[in-house]
Parts: sequence; structure tokens; C-alpha cells
Amino acid sequence: MRPFTYERPADVPAALQAIRKPGARFIAGGTNLLDLMKVDVEAPTHLVDVSRLPLERIEATEAGGLRIGAMATNTYVAANARVREHYPVLAAALLNGASGQLRNQATTGGNLLQRTRCYYFYDVSKPCNKRSPGSGCSALHGYNRIHAILGASDACIAVHPSDMAVALAALDAEIETQTADGQGRRLKVADLYRLPGSTPHVETILQPGELITAVVLPPPVSAGQVYRKVRDRASYAFALVSVAALVELEGDRIRSARIALGGVAPKPWRAVEAERRLMGANASAATFLGAGETTVAEAHAYGHNDFKIALAARTVARALSEAAAQHKG
Amino acid sequence: MPNAVIGLPLDRVDGVAKVTGSARYAADAKAGSSPAFGAIVTSTIGRGLVTKVDAEEAERSPGVLLVMSHEDAPAQAPFKQRGGNRHARAKPALSESRVYYYGQPVALVVAETFEQARAAAALIRLSYTTESGSYDLADGRKLAYTPETLVAGKADTQVGDFEPAFAGGEVKVDATYTTPYQSHNPMELVGSLAEWQGDKLTVHCAAQLVDAAHHSIASTLQVPLENVEVVSEYVGGGFGGKLPIYADAILAALAARRLKRPVKVVLTRQQMFSVTTHRAASIQRVRLAAGKDGRLTALAHEAWTQSARADEFAEGAAVCSRAMYAAPDRMTRHRIVALDLPVADAMRAPGDAIGQLAVEQAMDELAEKLDLDPLELRLRNQPDRDPEKKIPFSSRALVACLQQGAERFGWSRRHKVPGSVREGAWLIGLGMAAAIRPNYRQAAHARVRMDEDRHVTVEMDMTDIGTGSYTILAQVAAEVLEVPVEDVSVRLGRSSFPQTPGSGGSFGAASSTAALREACLALRKQLEDGKQPGNLQAEAGAEPGDEYKTYSQHSYGAHFAEVAVDTTTGEVRLRRMLGVFDVGRVLNAKTARSQLIGGMIWGVGSALHEHAVVDQRLGAFVNNDLAGYHVPVHADIPMAVDAVMLAGFDDKSSPLGSKGAGELGICAAGAAVANAVYNACGVRIRDYPITPDKVLGGLLQSNLAQQR
Repeated sequence: MRPFTYERPADVPAALQAIRKPGARFIAGGTNLLDLMKVDVEAPTHLVDVSRLPLERIEATEAGGLRIGAMATNTYVAANARVREHYPVLAAALLNGASGQLRNQATTGGNLLQRTRCYYFYDVSKPCNKRSPGSGCSALHGYNRIHAILGASDACIAVHPSDMAVALAALDAEIETQTADGQGRRLKVADLYRLPGSTPHVETILQPGELITAVVLPPPVSAGQVYRKVRDRASYAFALVSVAALVELEGDRIRSARIALGGVAPKPWRAVEAERRLMGANASAATFLGAGETTVAEAHAYGHNDFKIALAARTVARALSEAAAQHKG
Repeated sequence: MPNAVIGLPLDRVDGVAKVTGSARYAADAKAGSSPAFGAIVTSTIGRGLVTKVDAEEAERSPGVLLVMSHEDAPAQAPFKQRGGNRHARAKPALSESRVYYYGQPVALVVAETFEQARAAAALIRLSYTTESGSYDLADGRKLAYTPETLVAGKADTQVGDFEPAFAGGEVKVDATYTTPYQSHNPMELVGSLAEWQGDKLTVHCAAQLVDAAHHSIASTLQVPLENVEVVSEYVGGGFGGKLPIYADAILAALAARRLKRPVKVVLTRQQMFSVTTHRAASIQRVRLAAGKDGRLTALAHEAWTQSARADEFAEGAAVCSRAMYAAPDRMTRHRIVALDLPVADAMRAPGDAIGQLAVEQAMDELAEKLDLDPLELRLRNQPDRDPEKKIPFSSRALVACLQQGAERFGWSRRHKVPGSVREGAWLIGLGMAAAIRPNYRQAAHARVRMDEDRHVTVEMDMTDIGTGSYTILAQVAAEVLEVPVEDVSVRLGRSSFPQTPGSGGSFGAASSTAALREACLALRKQLEDGKQPGNLQAEAGAEPGDEYKTYSQHSYGAHFAEVAVDTTTGEVRLRRMLGVFDVGRVLNAKTARSQLIGGMIWGVGSALHEHAVVDQRLGAFVNNDLAGYHVPVHADIPMAVDAVMLAGFDDKSSPLGSKGAGELGICAAGAAVANAVYNACGVRIRDYPITPDKVLGGLLQSNLAQQR
């Protein structure tokens, strides 16, 4: 870990001021940043601690949704009664992530901005375009069992590790931010992330010094909600494949379906085409299997992760089927 | 018997010290003056030479006191591959420019603080000449060689004539199994604090074998043995990973001498994967032939395992097949594949843990071919004496373990046809396996004192690596001297105390308690002779006799597991598990059970999770942290995991009747899980660990992968 200075601003404007210092980074829960600093992947010279900014509340929005402060911890959000009642897919995704200790510390904003768990990204002795642009991707022809099958490029095949973001993408959640010059903006969680293309080191559309202040959930929908995470052990492991599925039925027909996947792409992956085809379709096992297949129609695997294509298709089908059954009651 | 305390399930006598933090592990040790901190820099090539060490920037970094590399490290004794106890050999560090493996220590940075040392370590620039290395076990098999000897036993054995017997066998299995690299990662990182006072050196380190560490450190540094004190009072998990001493101990001592100041060096979690040892990966071929009556006629177990090229370790993967089952024509064979990878050495039940993952799955395959219950197959092939050595067993309650285990577990409820039990998307299956582990004992010594208020102090260089040594030794002293356990202080883990073999190979309990019993009997004799308590002292030793040659000595067990397999995803979840064990006499029912349960859980991890992955281009372990290297977590282990110990007493093993327990629990445990996976879903995975990708691949080829 390199030497750094530290400050804890009292409010958002002060934080936005503090982050202007060259080499500055925001730190909230620190569950990812500190690890990365220890292994020299991140070397900020100044830390702006935003963890105690007054952004930890969960409150109803005028539109009938929920605003979750960026500093609300994962534990706090998962335990919130309104989240559990109206957005169970979010509570489930959160509880499927990390461990109890980490969730107590990790924040909503930080969870969105956590970085990939690619082995090669984590080891500064090895080439990695995300960490060191132009150095090459070690995973492409290396051990890539945990890597992407959708949305990747030859420059980077790392996946986004968040569970929470997958549920938020499925829920059509938005984030609110403050840019360094004090402007606020609002954008969809699904639009926060950029695909790697030839610039995998640029992971989001956030501007330098832009601070996520809240996540906004739209009004609850009447839908069966399922989060299914497939992993190598029962807890405390990143997803091989995870699926957030929301299914709304009208009789035996699907009024709407939403599918987001984790563990398969550089960002929470919305299966847009599969969703489109599900609209109005008969809620049957065959329909759901077809949706799984559609989800991976464009998938490309790299050897060790070949299994993810079938696994993702099957997990999508399973999650849809469970969500439909849930909505049917 | 009055005051019978041996065997009682007493809480650990060191438990309060551990949970309150007053127990000091190596890295917690306090030196006489404030220590400097060392950070190790490791190689980023798998094979070659360090051609340049550019330390300029590091040396200018704040707080840096010293940078050391092969260019300026003090002279040390050379490493010798062979001769004597391999853990007592000289282990020079930074003594040459050659890189033998990726992640080898190539420099040390010492600074005022830990953080400064690590920051400066990141500034060292190394240049290399890279040579192409060999990193692939399967590929390396073509150059495999026969080791002179295994750690215990000969490389090859045979009885009768296997090949023709197998060729003429009625029902046969010929299967190849592979087991992956496993990395030593106990909770406590490997680390040392070294302090010189004049020419006297004290090294606090995490050592299972204090005596071996003492010799290793003194000989490496070429200083007299009596000038070195090794202290290892608490060890946060050993499992074989702290049998050797590592570069941290030597480099701390070298740097402390040069700086005239105590130096502490602790490995990072990532460094644990390369700087310490690992369990070798293996390829094992098992061939079994049986008559239609279910009696084995031929048995062969062949193993190819990795060894570091310059530091041989011959893993005895097939040793477990030498005494387990009767078969007239049989052979075992071990071949070593030298690769440019970090050093392989012992990990909990070396040889047996991986050997039984293979052979106990092969037995399950044979049972199916015979249309025989796997339990019955084991029962039909019990030898009445050691089938290779032709000598009697000292004690062998395996049949009782199998039968009682089956009864308690409800084995009769198993459906023999895989895929028979479905609960929604899950298929449920039962599996079992039989376990064997050699029983060892070595010479040991103990000193015991009694003061005037009859308080007893025990001193031995024995270690407690989390096993419960402190507690069982207190129990032995209390019982023999007829004092309350609370009146016994056990002091362990100092090389100046009477010599023991330490903790390893499950020999610690039998070896150390036998010696302590002798010392206590000698003290008791003084009391019986009329001496009054107060300044009484006795020292004695005990060593195993011919019973280790004239009897075949082992601990035994039977594992039963129930798993659920998700037919959508291939995920496997353990539902319940039972082990029933013959470990002779139990010295503490609580700590022994913990040992066995811990072993079983590791067996579950060996079956389902653990795998240190080598990047074949680099020779590097890539998943080198605890997020990427999976061991079971609480959610993987249901409450319904239990270990039961049969009552026993093996007087050939030890005067106290105990046999080794620490390594038995892992033996064959993973095979029971693998067999349960097969029984659940009909997918036979011979390539451990049994991860969802492999199971799903198998399901997709069968008709059981139905979508629900």
C-alpha cells in the first residue's frame, strides 16, 4: 500500500471539492478499494471518505418508489421492510453477495462501483488492459473460467462482480449523482456501465469526481421476483451465473418479463431480446427454455468458461419459471 | 480409577487465552525493542535467473532500512536435497540468482513500519533471463521418475503377479482419477520475529516441529544450535504447512543481525500460495478386479504426483492401498513428475487424502459393476492381516465403523439406481467410503515439576497447532499425578524444552503423551518414595518399540454422505454426513471430535471446492487469495455433520492406547461425497473437485438434466 492522505468532508459539496485534488479517490465502505490498494492495483494519493455523508436513508419517492441513499449499507438495504416487501429480488441479490461482515460495511454506491475479480486484474505482475491499458489481456488465453460470455472484447473479458446491480438493472432502477461542478443528474443503472471495447479501463460513464448519491427504485410492480445465483460454493463466492427475473402474468400469458444476468458480462446484462419475445407468450416451460436460449444467442466463450453458455440459458429458464409460479401464487 | 480425566471432553485449557487475544502467535510476539518490518518480494517468472535488482527507488522510499537480494545476502549453508529429516535441513534464502518457481522470494525490504516495507517492496525492479519451464503434470508424465523412497515407505510394492491376475479378472474397473493442487492457507499467516542478543538468536515462528525448525534455522545460518531459541507457543493452524520453516524466518534472522534490531517478516496471503508448500496434484490409475462373489482378486494403484524440480517430495498417494483390502495379486507404484512449480510437501494426511479420493471412488464403481452394495463390497474384502507385510494388525475396528456407521446413517435407505430420488429440481444421493491412515509414533521427552502447593508444570517442545495438545497433556499429567487439571500448567513450543517430534503425521498426541506419562510416573515415584512436593522435577522420554515393526498400525473410519444435486445448474450441496472412527483410545472426546469433523469438512472441500489453478503459460497459481481459492464456508456444511469415535485401546500404539486422529477425518471423506453425487445423478466425476461445470456437463449427456 502506498502512502496517502485522508480527509472526511462533512457534506456533499465539501466532498465534491475535496475530490478535485489530483490522485484523489472516494472511499465509502472500502471493502474493495482497500483490498486493491494492498495489492497495488489502486494507488490513490488522497482518500475522500464519503461514508459518513448524510446519504444513508431509505425514503419513499413522490412517484411511489424508493430512494436509497448511496451510503446505505448492503445489510441495511436488505433488511428494509419496504425493500423486502416490494423489491424482494433486490433483497435476495444483496443477501447473496459477499458475507455478513462485508455487507455490514459495503455501501450501495460502492457496490455499484466495485471492480472486477478477474485474477489477472488483481495481480500487478501480469498484463491487464483494464489495469494497465495496452498491456494485453491475460485472461483471454489464460484461465478464464470465471470470465464473460456476453459483451466482452478481446481487450477484456472480465465480468462485473455485483449481485445488487443485477437486481437493480432488472428493476429499471436509476442512480442520482452529483458531478464535480455540483450538477445533479439521473441515469439508469443499466446505462451506468460501459462495455470494454478497446478501453476496458473506462468502466462507467461517470465523470471524474462524480459522486453517486442515491439509487432510485421505480414504483413496485406486480410481478414474481426471483434472484438465482449459481456459484462454486453455497455462500461467499462470486456468481458463475446469476439471474434476476421478474415475471408478470395475465392468466397463462406473460404480460411482461424482465431478465438481468450477473457473472456473464462486463456489466449487469439485460436480456432485452428475450424479454421482448416473452411479452404476450404463453407461460410454459418451453417458452422459458426458449428465453434462456435467446439470452445466450450471441454468447461467446473462451475455453474454461464454455459451460457458462448452457448454464446461463438454463438458469434464466429456471428463474423465469420460478418467478412465474410465484406470481401465479 | 480415581481422578480419571484422560478422555473427558474438557474445554481447551488455552481456549480463554485464544478467544481473549492473550495467546501470542508468532507475529504477535513482542521483542525487547521495537522491531523493523520486512516485506518479501517474489519472482514473476517461473524459471530463469534474476539478472538485475534495481532497488534505487525502494531504498529512497520513506522508512526503508535495508534491501536485500541474492546480490548481497549473507552466506548461508547450501540447500541439500537429500539426507536426514527434510524439515531440519538448511533452507537458505536469497542465496542465488536462480528462480525455481513463480512467486519465489527474490528480495527483502525492511522498513520502520509494515506499510512502508510493503510500499517500498512494490518499487523494486527486477530483470530476468526467462527460461521455458514445465508446469503441466499430465504433460510431464513422460519424464516421470521413480523416487528412491516415499516419505514413509517404498516407491513400489507388489505381492503376487498383478498383470495376469487383472487380465483374467471377472469384473473389472480400470479408471484414472485426478486431484488438484491444494494450497496451505490456515488462518494464521506464516511469519517470524527474529531478535539477536549478542550472538544469541531468538526466532518466534509458526512451527509444527520446533526441534526441526531449531536445526533448520541454526544450520542455515551456520550458528551453533545452542545459540538459537525457537519459540512457537501457539500455531494458528498447521496441517503440514508449518512443518518446514520458510524464507520469513531466515530473512528475519539475517536482517535482524545486519540491522542489530528485531525484525518481523510475515507473508501476505497471496505469498502463502507460493512461498509455503502445497499439496501436489496427482494423476492416479486404479485397477480392481473381483470375482462375481465380490472378492477382490487383483488390485493396483499407481500415482503420478508433482514435485518441485530441486526439492523432491514423493507424495505417497497409493500407500493407502497397501493395507486396506485383501487381494492376492496386487501392486502399488509411485512416480514423480518434476515441474518448475513451488515446493510440494505434506498437507493433512499426505498421500492418503488424495489416494483415497481415487481408490474409494473406484470401489464404488466396482460395487456397481458387481451389483453389490458398496458397503458390502468393503465388508467382503477385509484382510485378516496386513496383505503386503503379512503381519497382524495392532487393532482394526473398521468393520465396526462400517456397520455402526451404516446403521446410524440409515444407509439401507439408499437406492442403488442413480437418479431415483428427486425433490423438485434436486436429485438426492447417498455415498460411503472407508478410511485408513497409518499410525505413527516417535521418540519424545518431557519434563515435569511440582511445587510445594502441588502445582504441576509440564515442559516440552511439543506444539499445539489447534489440535488440543495443551489440553490432552494437562489431562495426562492430572491423571497420572492425581491433581486437578486446573493445577497443571503446560508450557510448549520452545526449543530449550525437552525434545519431541512436534505435531505432524498425527504422531504428536501418542508420542508426547507417552513421554509425559513417563515423566509423571517418575515424579510420582519420588512422591511415593516420601519426597514432599516442592522443587520436585522429573524428566523422561518414551519411544516406540518393536510393535511398530511387528504390527501393522493404522487408524480407520467409515464416511457416509448425503448430497443434493441441482439438475438445472450442476450445483452440489452436502445435506448430512457421518464419520465413525477407530482411533484407539480417545484422549479428549471434544478436541478429538473437532479434529475429525475438521478433517471431514476438508474432505468435503477436496471433493467439491479446493483447487489451486496453475496458469500453464507462467507456472503461477492464479487464484491466489481466499476469494478465488475456495474452501467450504459455513453454508456448505450443514449442522448434520457428525463424527463418532468407537471405544478402543491399542496397546501396541502407545501406553495410553491412542492412535492418530488428526489426519484420519479427511481420508476418504471426499470420496463418500463423490460417490453420493454419483448416486444422486449418475454423473461420475473422476477429476476433482466436482464443480458445477463438470456436473452440468455430465447431466447434459444424461437424461437427468431435465428442466423444472
